[in-house]
Amino acid sequence: MIGGLFIYNHKGEVLISRVYRDDIGRNAVDAFRVNIIHARQQVRSPVTNIAHTSFFHAKRSNIWLAAATKQNVIMVFESLYKMCDVMAAYFGKISEDCWTPKENTVLTGNILDFGYPQNSETGALKTFITQQGVKSQITSQVTGQIGWRREGIKYRRNELFLDVLESVNLLMSPQGQVLSTNVSGRVVMKSYLSGMPECKFGMNDKIVIEKQGKGGRSEDGGKSSKQSIAIDDCTFHHCVRLSKFDSERSISFIPPDGEYELMRYRTTKDIILPFRVIPLVREVGRTKLEVKVVIKSNFKSSLLAQKIEVHIPTPLNTSGVQLICMKGKAKYKASENAIIWKIKRMAEMEESQISAEIKLLPTNDKKKWTRPPLSMNFEVRYLKVFESKLNYSDHDVIKWFVTSDEVESTRCAADAAGADEKKEGCPVTSSSSSSLLLFLLSAL
Amino acid sequence: MMNDSLFSLVCAGEIFELKAELNSDKKEKKKEAVKKVIASMTVGKDVSALFPDVVNCMQTDNLELKKLVYLYLMNYAKSQPDMAIMAVNTFVKDCEDPNPLIRALAVRTMGCIRVDKITEYLCEPLRKCLKDEDPYVRKTAAVCVAKLHDINAQLVEDQGFLDTLKDLISDSNPMVVANAVAALSEIAESHPNSNLLDLNPQTINKLLTALNECTEWGQIFILDCLANYTPRDDRESQSICERVTPRLSHANSAVVLSAVKVLMKFMEMLPKDLDYYGTLLKKLAPPLVTLLSAEPELQYVALRNINLIVQRRPEILKHEMKVFFVKYNDPIYVKLEKLDIMIRLASQANIAQVLAELKEYATEVDVDFVRKAVRAIGRCAIKVEQSAERCVSTLLDLIQTKVNYVVQEAIVVIKDIFRKYPNKYESVIATLCENLDSLDEPEARAAMIWIVGEYAERIDNADELLESFLEGFHDESTQVQLQLLTAIVKLFLKKPTETQELVQQVLSLATQDSDNPDLRDRGYIYWRLLSTDPVAAKEVVLAEKPLISEETDLIEPTLLEELICHIGTLASVYHKPPSAFVEGSRGVQHKRLPGSSAAGVSEAPPAVIPSQGDLLGDLLNLDLTPPTTTGPPPPSSGMQMGAMDLLGGGLDSLVGYLHSTMGAGFGAPPAAMPASFTAPVSGGLDDLFDLGGGVGMPMGAYSPPKTVWLPAMKAKGLEISGTFARRAGVIQMEMTLTNKAMSVMTDFAIQFNRNSFGLAPAGPLQVLTPLSPNQSIEVTLPLNTVGPVMKMEPLNNLQVAVKNNIDVFYFSCQYPISMLFVEDGKMERQVFLATWKDIPNDNESQFQIKDCHLNSDAASNKLQGSNIFTIAKRTVEGQDMLYQSMKLTNGIWVLAELRVQAGNPNYTVICTCVLYMYLQFNNINIIIIPAA
Repeated sequence: MIGGLFIYNHKGEVLISRVYRDDIGRNAVDAFRVNIIHARQQVRSPVTNIAHTSFFHAKRSNIWLAAATKQNVIMVFESLYKMCDVMAAYFGKISEDCWTPKENTVLTGNILDFGYPQNSETGALKTFITQQGVKSQITSQVTGQIGWRREGIKYRRNELFLDVLESVNLLMSPQGQVLSTNVSGRVVMKSYLSGMPECKFGMNDKIVIEKQGKGGRSEDGGKSSKQSIAIDDCTFHHCVRLSKFDSERSISFIPPDGEYELMRYRTTKDIILPFRVIPLVREVGRTKLEVKVVIKSNFKSSLLAQKIEVHIPTPLNTSGVQLICMKGKAKYKASENAIIWKIKRMAEMEESQISAEIKLLPTNDKKKWTRPPLSMNFEVRYLKVFESKLNYSDHDVIKWFVTSDEVESTRCAADAAGADEKKEGCPVTSSSSSSLLLFLLSAL
Repeated sequence: MMNDSLFSLVCAGEIFELKAELNSDKKEKKKEAVKKVIASMTVGKDVSALFPDVVNCMQTDNLELKKLVYLYLMNYAKSQPDMAIMAVNTFVKDCEDPNPLIRALAVRTMGCIRVDKITEYLCEPLRKCLKDEDPYVRKTAAVCVAKLHDINAQLVEDQGFLDTLKDLISDSNPMVVANAVAALSEIAESHPNSNLLDLNPQTINKLLTALNECTEWGQIFILDCLANYTPRDDRESQSICERVTPRLSHANSAVVLSAVKVLMKFMEMLPKDLDYYGTLLKKLAPPLVTLLSAEPELQYVALRNINLIVQRRPEILKHEMKVFFVKYNDPIYVKLEKLDIMIRLASQANIAQVLAELKEYATEVDVDFVRKAVRAIGRCAIKVEQSAERCVSTLLDLIQTKVNYVVQEAIVVIKDIFRKYPNKYESVIATLCENLDSLDEPEARAAMIWIVGEYAERIDNADELLESFLEGFHDESTQVQLQLLTAIVKLFLKKPTETQELVQQVLSLATQDSDNPDLRDRGYIYWRLLSTDPVAAKEVVLAEKPLISEETDLIEPTLLEELICHIGTLASVYHKPPSAFVEGSRGVQHKRLPGSSAAGVSEAPPAVIPSQGDLLGDLLNLDLTPPTTTGPPPPSSGMQMGAMDLLGGGLDSLVGYLHSTMGAGFGAPPAAMPASFTAPVSGGLDDLFDLGGGVGMPMGAYSPPKTVWLPAMKAKGLEISGTFARRAGVIQMEMTLTNKAMSVMTDFAIQFNRNSFGLAPAGPLQVLTPLSPNQSIEVTLPLNTVGPVMKMEPLNNLQVAVKNNIDVFYFSCQYPISMLFVEDGKMERQVFLATWKDIPNDNESQFQIKDCHLNSDAASNKLQGSNIFTIAKRTVEGQDMLYQSMKLTNGIWVLAELRVQAGNPNYTVICTCVLYMYLQFNNINIIIIPAA
């Protein structure tokens, strides 16, 4: 198992060093610093073997985390990430200040014992740190079957918020042909419920949904307007009973208190892109670049895209940018090396365009600009609640994060687009306290 | 920040100040001081000088303070062992505290105090905590047993903690079960034979139940433990698989990988025509793909594992090519791994897409990545024949870019393409020749020279080209020099008239001016060949070359099997067995997939004989081998052989050699017994015992079942499987030759390399009739032991060359040492006694044979069949002791004592020998120790 855990700041100064096993010498701390943090080249592998000691390392916002071992161990990256999550939950963010030894020394003792990962439930660990010698139920909580929730939670209003965050990845060939698209979605829940509520979450994957669009569908021709969507794979938060999902396809769980990621899913089939982004880049001499980006919305009439933000990367040697856009506001941000174009809302079948003239400083750097991909974010509000008996109020926010990747260097960007899935989330207020049955039939 | 007041401790003055604060009466001040001390400690500063003062603060009811002091103790107790004893009392007291948190804290800290002296004081409190009513304390105590075992293994065994730990597997709390499993697995690793984790269907069932309920990390411990279990039949493995599959949708990728490992392993047991087998294959793909959307570090780990899985079961991911396309913002390590998997998945169906991608990658910025992409294009050409043409034209396009490293890489792969498809793409040679000047890397230069030499007859100015390389002959690397030598000889054989001068020049350069023995040797061989028989020279140098294989960079199958058993661990990331990077005996057990053909057949991979690239290959100039897997280098023991010849008697020198090498290695034999040899013990000797179990069956020497020595793939369709036997005092090699090629095979002949015991064929190989396709023939080859002797590694390794009308093939096999036990191996009782006594005690070697249900007489009878003679038998305290002797063909005596306890299936064997020897005994390694 893990022999030692080291945490450094970006300069390589040790913030925490904990040695769990004898086989890790004290010089391991320095070995890692010299060989990885202070190494001049890029990290070529997150797992390295230095002088017979293996280091797993990850870097999170200026903090280096490294686990050292001399044995053949299971992968511990997850526990490193969890540690960051715990820190972030406890301090609000991950930064050097988090690692003052007051609390975290005790904390790391609870996460790992003799190098064995023990507990990484944020809530439970918080209780560990804050409680002061009072005999509490923490011990039975962390060892029990429901280690993520303590008993006796009470709220005056029982609320549950659900966000569906999706990101669409698109890969396009230089000829504009879509090589692959996939949507990876996250269902993030915020629950403020009393007692030990048993929640159920339904998923209508493989459902056949009637398409609503009537106009502009002529190209579908004789094809049926029905379409089924299948989820390729999903993974669940620890609280979900996996065996039940495996047998009945129902997601049942007792939720942790507060915010957590309930599930992630991934789908690749039949993705219709809600936006088309057409970039045009023309290099005029060595010191000028002309960029034109057109976005076209491509979704059905009942929807409205909001808070659209397009991120257009610019070369590192940009000296000035002149922008003209038809709609919304655009600005060049030197710190991000990008043009940020914001549009408040866009309805169906709308088109907008931006053109930019980028002045470049002459450089003798032979490396050409690698043309990073364009990315785009937007939100869609969409709701359909099938269960009317429970008094759901209908607010919802669905955030769409769309990033596009491309393999090609002659274009500035590829299509950035959303997916055809409609997600509905809703904060729920319910009067029943302990057994809230939540049916969320989302047209996944 | 670092200027935080807590971090500013540096000089001795401050230590002094802290000391004062620690001894202060005010509680608050004390607490602050301890915090400061811990702060310095966590950043790695040495504050051990404050030990007594901090320990004084231990007696407190403030939990926070207690935690900090305990933390301090863990770090520094070892440096102050005498002081640490002061803490013992508090530990004992805290283990009785009403607060379970304090009890657990005490027991956790106790285990971390690695001071031998105080461990025995801790046994009582630990025992209590293992039976504590609070599961939190119990789970902490379970880990503590592992800690204590690490410090003092004997103590843990004596105190019976292992049994308590085993009981905890049936605990009602899943977390306790998980930690007990983790602790037991770790302890079991250092005792490979102890059978600690006695996995039977009942315990498996308990574990599977706990699996659903415990924390994510607990699930990993349990899954890893499950992976070590071998189900009895396919039904059991199916039911385990069914209960493990839900874990594939866990959010923690380590859980997913561990579940994949269990499934991959148990799948081996399932019949392929079973519906469930197909379902399982389908279920495995999505979670593996999902891992690729995790954080980059995890992606890397996942990709390394997928690389193994794809090699073992390519069908799982064959439709998922697209997910391995490289993304713009992938870190370089993810990109390189993805590329690797793309090539493995490339097939006729997706080759067009793959090629388009690879072409894009070849224009990227990262040099390593670009090189790999170019190489990948070449590999696609070799793998998918239909795409070869397109690949070659893509490569040509890339060469036109004139980017130096792209051109060089392309030339190296084009050479491989020429090898695979001879006489097909020669038209590109002209383009290649244009770039001759830009090549500066030895590999590319060598490849180019090879191409020029190989196609010398089609290149008009081949002689000029080669001559230009010759100018700087001495500055070139060896690889290039060797290539150049061969290429010029080829050129000479093809165009003898114009190039006589050139060949003389290169031969003299190679033989007279070079101090590289390889180069000189090759030069001389060519020289003599050319001067004695130019026709023969032509036949040798311009012989038809064997085709290169399609799949490249494959991991050797036995290693792959082992790595599959290590999915999700470091070994799977390094693609190395744990023994390669774990020090000491821990974790060096070799795991094998259940029910696989290679299991337990041979310790060493059979492919130690050079397939290409040596001897013959060298002459044929094949040392520019394609990137195929090569086994360990053949034993090149010119020195040893020389020494042996000088000493005259093969055996004497063998003994001397063994003395010198083994003396160091096995100084303290019983203790240094490597774990690797104890593991297979249970297999082999049992076979020896089990043989002839049938009533009235004549007692014969043990002969292992036939195994495949030479697979048809490696020998152009000739498959050889065989075994060794001793029948009526004659050692026999029994082989089955199978012709799996399309053509008839004739003219068989066999030869052995020098070996440890001088084994040699006593007659020619009796294959009289030609072997037609798909026909098998059984051949028995009598052997004698008068051949030349050379020490092999392992000792019983035998390298064999078989020739037929097609080619010469090499393979190596290992014969059971028992075959060499001669019939007159019965030692006189008196002599035995005297010899046995002479042997120093510390030279004895001991090991156990597991699960052998024979009484001593039956065992003795059975062993006699293999010429292991029982000299005497003694019964002490219900234990039968058999004293046995055996004699090897070369006159070495081996003495052994076999202890059999009635009712106990485990035998103990103590072996001694008149010589130092390391023998392989039917696959069992026995260290035989000298009587000085």
